[in-house]
Amino acid sequence: MDNQKSVWRRAFEWHEARLPIISYIDHAVGTQYPAPKNLNYFWNFGFIAGFMLMTMILTGIFLAMNYTDHTSMAFDSVEHIMRDVNYGWLIRYMHFNGASFFFIAVYIHIFRGLYYGSYKAPREVLWWIGVIILIVMMATAFMGYVLPWGQMSFWGAKVITSLFTAIPVVGDAITTLLWGGFGVDNPTLNRFFSLHYLLPFVILGLVVLHIWALHIPGSNNPLGIDAAPADKIPFHPYYTAKDAFGVGVFLLFYFAVVFYAPNALGDPVNYVKANPLVTPNSIVPEWYLLPFYAILRAIPNKLLGFIAMFGALLVLFVLPWLDTSRVRSATFRPVYRVFFWLFLLNAIMLGWCGAQHPEGLPLVLSRLGTAWYFLHMIVILPVVGWLETPKPLPVSISQSVLKPAE
Amino acid sequence: MRNILLVATAAVALAIPSVINAAEEHEVHLAKQEWSFNGVLGKFDKEQVQRGFQVYKDVCSACHSLQYLAFRNFEDLGYSEEQVKALAGQYEVTDGPNDEGEMFKRKAKASDHLPHPFPNDQAARAANGGALPPDLSLVTKAREGGPDYIYNLLLAYEEPPKGFELLPGLNYNKVFPGNQIAMAKQIQDGLVTYADGAPNDAAHVAKDVTAFLHWVAEPKLDARHSTGLRVLLYTLLFTVLAYLAKRRIWAKIEH
Amino acid sequence: MANTAHAEPAGETRRDFLLHTTVAVGAVGTAMMVWPLIHSMNPAADTLSLSTTEFSIAGVTEGQRIVVVWRGNPVFVAHRTKAEIDEARKVNLSELKDVQKDEDRAQKPEFLIVSGSCTHLGCIPLGSKPTDPKGEFGGWFCPCHGSQYDTSGRIRKGPAPRNLDVPPYKYLSETTVRIG
Repeated sequence: MDNQKSVWRRAFEWHEARLPIISYIDHAVGTQYPAPKNLNYFWNFGFIAGFMLMTMILTGIFLAMNYTDHTSMAFDSVEHIMRDVNYGWLIRYMHFNGASFFFIAVYIHIFRGLYYGSYKAPREVLWWIGVIILIVMMATAFMGYVLPWGQMSFWGAKVITSLFTAIPVVGDAITTLLWGGFGVDNPTLNRFFSLHYLLPFVILGLVVLHIWALHIPGSNNPLGIDAAPADKIPFHPYYTAKDAFGVGVFLLFYFAVVFYAPNALGDPVNYVKANPLVTPNSIVPEWYLLPFYAILRAIPNKLLGFIAMFGALLVLFVLPWLDTSRVRSATFRPVYRVFFWLFLLNAIMLGWCGAQHPEGLPLVLSRLGTAWYFLHMIVILPVVGWLETPKPLPVSISQSVLKPAE
Repeated sequence: MRNILLVATAAVALAIPSVINAAEEHEVHLAKQEWSFNGVLGKFDKEQVQRGFQVYKDVCSACHSLQYLAFRNFEDLGYSEEQVKALAGQYEVTDGPNDEGEMFKRKAKASDHLPHPFPNDQAARAANGGALPPDLSLVTKAREGGPDYIYNLLLAYEEPPKGFELLPGLNYNKVFPGNQIAMAKQIQDGLVTYADGAPNDAAHVAKDVTAFLHWVAEPKLDARHSTGLRVLLYTLLFTVLAYLAKRRIWAKIEH
Repeated sequence: MANTAHAEPAGETRRDFLLHTTVAVGAVGTAMMVWPLIHSMNPAADTLSLSTTEFSIAGVTEGQRIVVVWRGNPVFVAHRTKAEIDEARKVNLSELKDVQKDEDRAQKPEFLIVSGSCTHLGCIPLGSKPTDPKGEFGGWFCPCHGSQYDTSGRIRKGPAPRNLDVPPYKYLSETTVRIG
C-alpha cells in the first residue's frame, strides 16, 4: 500500500520530515500520550484551565484594540467598548468573568493535585512550574483589574503596590520604581497595560513547560500508584472526548454568569471612575486573591504581613518535601484526608475573612486561619506523613478497577 | 456523574467568598422591585424607559449629567431617525473653534452626547452648596443593590429621628449610607404628567426613572439576555452530544 | 460499564455519526464565538454616527480650492473658473481611462466636490494650495506615484485606476453643503 499513499499523507510526511510539529502535538495531547485509564473528572481541570487561558488571550487581544491606556481615557474607553464597539459588551464580560473562571479551574486543579499527591516525586518540577504559573496569573489578574481605571482599580493598585514599602531600606525605592512616579498615575497604568498584555504569553510558555514536565513521569491518577503500560490508554480520543464534555459543562456555568450575572463577581464601586482624592469605604481585591489578602491583614506588622502573604505562596515550592508520606493519593491516607478537607475549609474561610473589614470576628478568624495555613504546611504535613499508617495500596490500576466486578 | 456533582460543588464552594462579600455590605433593607429587565427573558419596558427619560429631562437633568448617553442611543428605544433628530434639536452643544477661532453654540446632532448641566465640576459644586451631583450614566451599576437601591433611595426621604444631628444643607434619607444626603427630596406624586397617561404617583415615577437609568447604564441588556439564551441552549446541545460521544468512545474501557 | 452492543458494523456507524455530529457542533460553536471578535474590528456605533460633515462654500472665491474633512479623510472642494469648467467639458470622452462626463461629477458646475484620496494607493494629491503643482491637466497631481487628474478630478495619466470619487453630498442652501 506504500506506493498508493494519498496526497495528504505525502504532504504530511514531507512536512513532518522538516518540522515534526504535528507529531509533537500528537505526543503532547494526542494518540501518542498514554494516560492512566482511571482519571476522574477532577482531571478535566487542567485542560479547562488551558482552554480558559486561550479564551482570555483571544478576548484580550480584541479588547486591547479598543482600549486606551491613559488615565484620562481608560475608563471612557471601557464604556466605549461596552456601548459602541460591536459585541464589545460580550467580549468585555467574557474577559472580566473569564479571569474568575480561569482561577476557579486552576484552584480546582491545584486542590486535586493536593488531594491525590500529584506534587510528590517524580513530579516536583511539574509542581514548581504550576506554582510559578499561579503566581504569574495573580500578577496578571491584578494588573488587568487596574486597567478599567475605576475606583477599585486605582485603590487596589495603590494598596498592593504600597505593600512593597514594607521591605526594609529599599522598599520606598522599589515602590517608586513600580509606580514610575510618586503615586499610582499614568506611568503606572501604561506599564500595567504593557505587562498585562505580555504576561499571558509568559503563562502560555510556562504551560508548554508544564505539559513537558508532565510527560516525563506521565499523569498521576486517583490511586496515586504508578500506572503500568497496560493500564494506560491514548489521550486521544479517550481524554479529548472526556475533556470536550468537561469543557461543555464548565462553559454552561461560565456563560450563565457572563450573560445573566456579569457584574456579580465585580465590585460596584469600580463603575465609578478613579478618584485619587477619595478612598472607597472598603478596598477588596477580586475573590481569587482574598485568602492571601486575609493573611496579609491578619498580621499587625507591615513587614511580617508582607512576608506571610508571599510566604503562603512560596511555601508551596517546598511542599513536595514537607509532605513526608510516600503514599500519594489521599484515598489511602485516612488521617491526611481529614487534614486536606480542613485545609480546604480553612482556605475558604480565609477568603471570606479577606472580604470583611479587618476587625472583630473576621480578624480573629483570619489570624487563626493564617496560623492553621502554616501549621498545616510546616508541622502537620511532615508529622502526619511519619505517623500515619496508610491503607494497603492496590497492586495495579486494573486490580482496583476489577475488584467490584469479582 | 457523582464526580461531576462533586466538581460542581467544588466550583460553587470556591465562588462562595465573593457571593458572601456581595451580600454582606448592605444592612439597610431594600424593597425589591419587579423589574421588566430581571430574569433570563427580561428586557427593558421601552415605554417605561421613555417615561423615565421624561422624568430625567424635566427634573434630574437640572443637576445630573449622563455623559455616556448619545442622542443616537434613543433609536434603541424605538425612536425613529427623525424623532432622534428632533430630540437632539432641542439641545444646544458647544462646538468649535470656528474659522475665527471662537467656540460657538449649535443645535445638537444625533451623534452628540447629552450636554452637561454645568460647564465643569467646580461650577456644579458652586451651584449645589459644595456637593457634586454625580454623573448618572452608570449609577445603577455603581451602587451596591443596583436599581433597587436607586429606587428605594429616591423614596427614602423622611424626618430625621429624634436626636439625629443633621448637618446644614443635608437631608435625611434612611437608605443612603450615613443617612445624610445633599440631594433634596425630588420625587413626589404628580411630579410629571405622562403623555401616555400612565400613573404618576411617586412610586411609579421613581420606578420609571430608575428603569431609564438602568437602560443608560446597561444599554445592551436586551441583546445580552436573548443572546445568552441561545448560547446556553447551544452549549447544552454540545455538552449532551459530547457526553454521549464520550460514553461511546469509552464503552470498551474498564475504568 | 458493560456494553451489550456487539453488532459491530451498526455500532460503528452510529458511533461515527455521533462523533462527527459532536465535532461539527463544536466547530460551528467555535466559529460562532469567533464572529463577535472579528465583528468588533468593524466600525463602532460612534464612528458610524459621525458620517456627515457640513461646511460653507460662501467664502471660497473663484479659482480657490479648499480641503474639508469627511470621516477623517480629505475632500477637495474647488470653485472652478469658467476656463476650468470648459476644459473639463470639452475633453474627448474616448481619451479617458475611467469614462465619466463632467456633468455627472458636479451638481453645480462651479463647485467640484471630490474625495481627496488618490484612487491608486490613497495618498493626497497636490493641487489644492495655490503654490502646489497641478499636473499636466490643471487638476491635481499625486506626488507618490505620479497620477495626474484633470479639472474634473478624472484620472488622465499615471497608475491610478479610477477618477477621484465623488462623495454623496447635498446643497442644504445656496452656500451650505452636507457630505454623507
